[in-house]
Amino acid sequence: MALKIVKGSIDRMFDKNLQDLVRGIRNHKEDEAKYISTCIDEIKQELKQDNIAVKANAVCKLTYLQMLGYDVSWAAFNIVEVMSSSKFTYKRIGYLAASQCFHESTDVIMLTTNQIRKDLSSPNQYDTGVALTGLSCFVTPDLARDLANDIMTLMSHTKPYIRKKAVLIMYKVFLKYPESLRPAFPRLKEKLEDPDPGVQSAAVNVICELARRNPKNYLSLAPLFFKLMTSSTNNWVLIKIIKLFGALTPLEPRLGKKLIEPLTNLIHRIYLFFSQILHHLSAITLVCFSWLIAFLFFITVLISLSSGMPNHSASIQLCVQKLRILIEDSDQNLKYLGLLAMSKILKTHPKSVQSHKDLILQCLDDKDESIRLRALDLLYGMVSKKNLMEIVKKLMLHVDKAEGTTYRDELLTKIIDICSQSNYQYITNFEWYISILVELTRLEGTRHGHLIASQMLDVAIRVKAIRVFAVAQMATLLDNAHMLTGNTQRNGICEVLYAAAWICGEFSEHLENPMETLEAMLRPKVATLPGHIQAVYVQNAAKLFATVLKSQEGNTDSTTAQEASQLMIDRLPLFVQSANLEVQERASCILQLVKYIQKLQQKDVEVSEEVCALFAGELNPVAPKAQKKVPIPDGLDLDAWINEPPSESESEDEQPKAIFSKEEPKHSRPRHTEVDEKELARRREARKQEQANNPFYIKASPSSQKVYQETPGVEHIPVVQIDLSVPLKVPGLPMSDQYVKLEEERRQKERAEKKKKDKKKRKEKRSGRGKKHDSGPESEEDITPAHMVDIVTEEMPENALPSDDDERDPADPHKALDIDLDKPLADSEKLPVRSHRAAEVLKSPAEDEEGENVSSLEPKKKSSKEKREKKKDKDKDRKVKMLFESGLSETWERRLISVMLTFIFLFYSFDRKAYDIQGNLQDGSQVVVSVIFENKCDSFLKSMEFNVLDSLNSKLQRPEGSGPHDSLTIPFQLPPGVSNEARFVFTVQSIIMPQKLKGTLTFIVKNEESSTHEKLDFKLHFTCTSYLITTPCYSDAFAKLLESGDLKSSSIRLEGVNMPFHHLLARICFHHHFSVVERIDSCASMYSRSIQGHHVCLLVKISSQTVSVDAKCDEPTLLGNVLDEIKQTFSQC
Amino acid sequence: MIKAILIFNNHGKPRLIRFYQYFAEDMQQQIIRETFHLVSKRDDNVCNFLEGGSLIGGSDYKLIYRHYATLYFVFCVDSSESELGILDLIQVFVETLDKCFENVCELDLIFHMDKVHYILQEVVMGGMVLETNMNEIIAQVEVQNRLEKSESLPFILH
Repeated sequence: MALKIVKGSIDRMFDKNLQDLVRGIRNHKEDEAKYISTCIDEIKQELKQDNIAVKANAVCKLTYLQMLGYDVSWAAFNIVEVMSSSKFTYKRIGYLAASQCFHESTDVIMLTTNQIRKDLSSPNQYDTGVALTGLSCFVTPDLARDLANDIMTLMSHTKPYIRKKAVLIMYKVFLKYPESLRPAFPRLKEKLEDPDPGVQSAAVNVICELARRNPKNYLSLAPLFFKLMTSSTNNWVLIKIIKLFGALTPLEPRLGKKLIEPLTNLIHRIYLFFSQILHHLSAITLVCFSWLIAFLFFITVLISLSSGMPNHSASIQLCVQKLRILIEDSDQNLKYLGLLAMSKILKTHPKSVQSHKDLILQCLDDKDESIRLRALDLLYGMVSKKNLMEIVKKLMLHVDKAEGTTYRDELLTKIIDICSQSNYQYITNFEWYISILVELTRLEGTRHGHLIASQMLDVAIRVKAIRVFAVAQMATLLDNAHMLTGNTQRNGICEVLYAAAWICGEFSEHLENPMETLEAMLRPKVATLPGHIQAVYVQNAAKLFATVLKSQEGNTDSTTAQEASQLMIDRLPLFVQSANLEVQERASCILQLVKYIQKLQQKDVEVSEEVCALFAGELNPVAPKAQKKVPIPDGLDLDAWINEPPSESESEDEQPKAIFSKEEPKHSRPRHTEVDEKELARRREARKQEQANNPFYIKASPSSQKVYQETPGVEHIPVVQIDLSVPLKVPGLPMSDQYVKLEEERRQKERAEKKKKDKKKRKEKRSGRGKKHDSGPESEEDITPAHMVDIVTEEMPENALPSDDDERDPADPHKALDIDLDKPLADSEKLPVRSHRAAEVLKSPAEDEEGENVSSLEPKKKSSKEKREKKKDKDKDRKVKMLFESGLSETWERRLISVMLTFIFLFYSFDRKAYDIQGNLQDGSQVVVSVIFENKCDSFLKSMEFNVLDSLNSKLQRPEGSGPHDSLTIPFQLPPGVSNEARFVFTVQSIIMPQKLKGTLTFIVKNEESSTHEKLDFKLHFTCTSYLITTPCYSDAFAKLLESGDLKSSSIRLEGVNMPFHHLLARICFHHHFSVVERIDSCASMYSRSIQGHHVCLLVKISSQTVSVDAKCDEPTLLGNVLDEIKQTFSQC
Repeated sequence: MIKAILIFNNHGKPRLIRFYQYFAEDMQQQIIRETFHLVSKRDDNVCNFLEGGSLIGGSDYKLIYRHYATLYFVFCVDSSESELGILDLIQVFVETLDKCFENVCELDLIFHMDKVHYILQEVVMGGMVLETNMNEIIAQVEVQNRLEKSESLPFILH
């Protein structure tokens, strides 16, 4: 065996390690791929070996190759093997590889559950840490469900290093397994007050992340966070909390009132500090870093707080002014953040930001694209009726200047967004807007042609007054189409022709010269446009044709009408030959129609009315959600079957038929009825017919396709390329600038008129109250639209449901986490707890004797051999020195002479020294006792057995099959200096009385010379408090509870309590698991609930060192005991 | 939440990639290329934030980056993280690397990608910031290094 190991290490020497691999890749620059593929072959060989060191090395190299883009998922099983190594070094390599390449659909993840559980409970905190880190990257819903309880236990681990990781990973667990949130939440909340700052910050982190998505569920934590905010010195925690308040305050205005004063003070102080160092800044130094962060976010919070409180406008002015300084600063990061903060303020206080328009427009010229985009974002919220034209004009200038299509496209979309926001609220002159849109079509190479097109359509359809103008503009656009279609291949702008053609066709009655437009629409060049646009052209040419006919009606000279028909007949065949089915179909239809019309025309028959009837009726816009909002009529069940569901045996092709074909009685005879010759012949004929008509049916002779082959393809049509590098002015189009001027004049005129009127009015009203505002800046409402604009609202179905449905994506994992956390836990919300650990251990006693983690995946024999080797080694170092120290009661000290073992019980009961007895949150009759065993001696402790003398009321839960006096084996050994936690479950029948259980712990002390058997006696004290669970309660629910009259009351007095009231309350909360319901001055109501559902209510009053506690509970004995315990707590201090 | 941490050099060669959301390997490479393209064309005197690339989530995400000599450190984060906080975190991470490798340079990252990962694991876990205190990070990294050393010794002796 030794030989094997030696061989293994020699092998290893010849293997490439990660450094060699990297070096090799760097030396093979020319044929890197080839070199790597040979390396992968080597790795495959290495993975086949038994030596775990070789495997780990191979996996490490794979992790590197994964970074270079190589798929290494084929090695997933080997990665799991390395993960399950008992050595930390290899385990870490394995978990790293797993975290880099495992994901939810990796199937070997299923195999890891037990391994991860084992690592989580490893005595070595770094094994646990590595497992937690790895798990955080590849946790799946299954893993989350299976391991939630284990991780929850780790949240109260002795080592802060583990605690903080366990707390943090809970967020991932919640996301994957939302049911775990409620059971885990009380403990998570506890961690907000953890003594270790790292754990505290992790808890804050998790809760903030949760609250960001569902803030209303976390309102009850506000007081706690407020306390943390004023006490925390950790910038990270501070920022997170401030951000959290930002989310909470809009929901609870009272919170804002409370916060605003301390925050305003802070802002002044910070600003003072800030202004002092601002001068010395070239770039951000770390000194002011944290200050800046706090500064910026205090501001944003302050703003969101004060929303709805008009009297705080002064502080907002202050903020905005400070932000302006940031934005004007030379440092780009500050500028960026200043703009970001501005955009947050803008949401609640648009007015105060709008006054800094100049600054923001200036930022559009910044060399930094990030800053320009931020500024654009701000502009969106800043527009008003008054400044819209001005802002858009500025933006148009930037469009012309902009380099790079991405930024230009961004500008374009922003212009359209700005103009079209909230149903064109800010547009006073639609002619101006149309001309802006037309100007935008001159942008070359934009991707947003369809966006402009949809705007044109929207405006033309919904603003009736603008149609005449729009149609004229579109007609010019169609006439100049060649300018837009210059290079169709990469130009998305031709999409606007779609809109132009449709508008000209649909509203053709407004056209000045329909004949000209018709001609423009039927130019041969149109055939180079994309198919869907051609289709619209053809269809709308027909509409135009109808209009021309109509206009010529009654006209004795029918030449124009005939010319139109001739034009159609001449030009349409081009489209009939189109390769696009839609175009072809429409064109041939219309062509035949026109031919027929021409015949009628020649006979002087009036046809225009009939032709117009083809396109009669008005199209109204339909709201995008209209379909969804149609109410379901009474008595219609959409889920019900129309027919009986088809039976399983029915063949598939019959299923869809069943809906339409006449229902055949199920019991009738089978389908294959006799068919006579005639019927068969008929069917054959029908099939032939069908095949002939089916375009997808490949026929013997392709005669019907000849037509396509003979006609020249699209490629043969000569296309003249026009160089459009210079933005062209489309002739005949009015410039939007003109409208700005016109609008300006119009407004001035209006103002003048108004003034006159005002004067008149004033003259009339001289006797009234003094002066009115006369020439002040015109307010929003004063600006009247240029023409009476009727913005047609989108149509909704009659009696549509008014409810605005949830906008959130149903796939959003946070939706599942929208859970009321204040409701007491129900029995059904258990976390799946694996059977007791001790029981698990008993199943595999061989492993426990070794005391090492044996992977379930590894061949058992070998691993145990390796371990024996190692243990020998350890034994040598063991020293004989033995001491004893106890963290517990006197009985212990007497007993233990040779062994130093501290039996620290995690506390939660009132005397704070004992042990953690917690009611099992999910089961009313179970109590979980967590015990931490710490070996303080220099010897090895093994074969630890835990036993308790059961009483009638309380019994230790033992694995099935063991007798009532059998002891439980503790599933770990303790090397010197190591501690570990074990948990024991007790079933308790009655919880109304405190009780003590006697127990013993036996174990073997092993050192170099000998091993001795030792025994420890102890007592477990189950207080009544330990049966209580901190349960939050609202004051109204509390009041109802008291009113119900089911509760018995009792009271105690505590004399000489010398502590502030809030300390007193905190003490009761902490030691006795109560929560404060309400506090008024020196009086507070508190609530708690036992694991069996008893309500315990307290009313605590303090007056000059005397505390009176009036209590009510539905179980008087329990109440008495709890009160005694409270009394004891305070007598000790 | 942090969605991804990317370290690449001035030529776009990845030195460390850490995605906290699953992307297939070819997609990861595309994201690296896109991010490099976005970041590398920016001057050194512009701000350290920019809107995320289209591949990694678009405008809901921000890229926060720092450029040190030959390396770019890029964090892709969502709106719950504070911009300056992440910049600070990058600084902490780099200073930690500097302490652990003694004057860190690109070569250290090239040859010890695994070690860089282990250090990063003490700073960020599953996309959430785990520790920001440099001394604490270094202490934990060192204990684990010692543990690793103690494990490798008896093996060689055999």
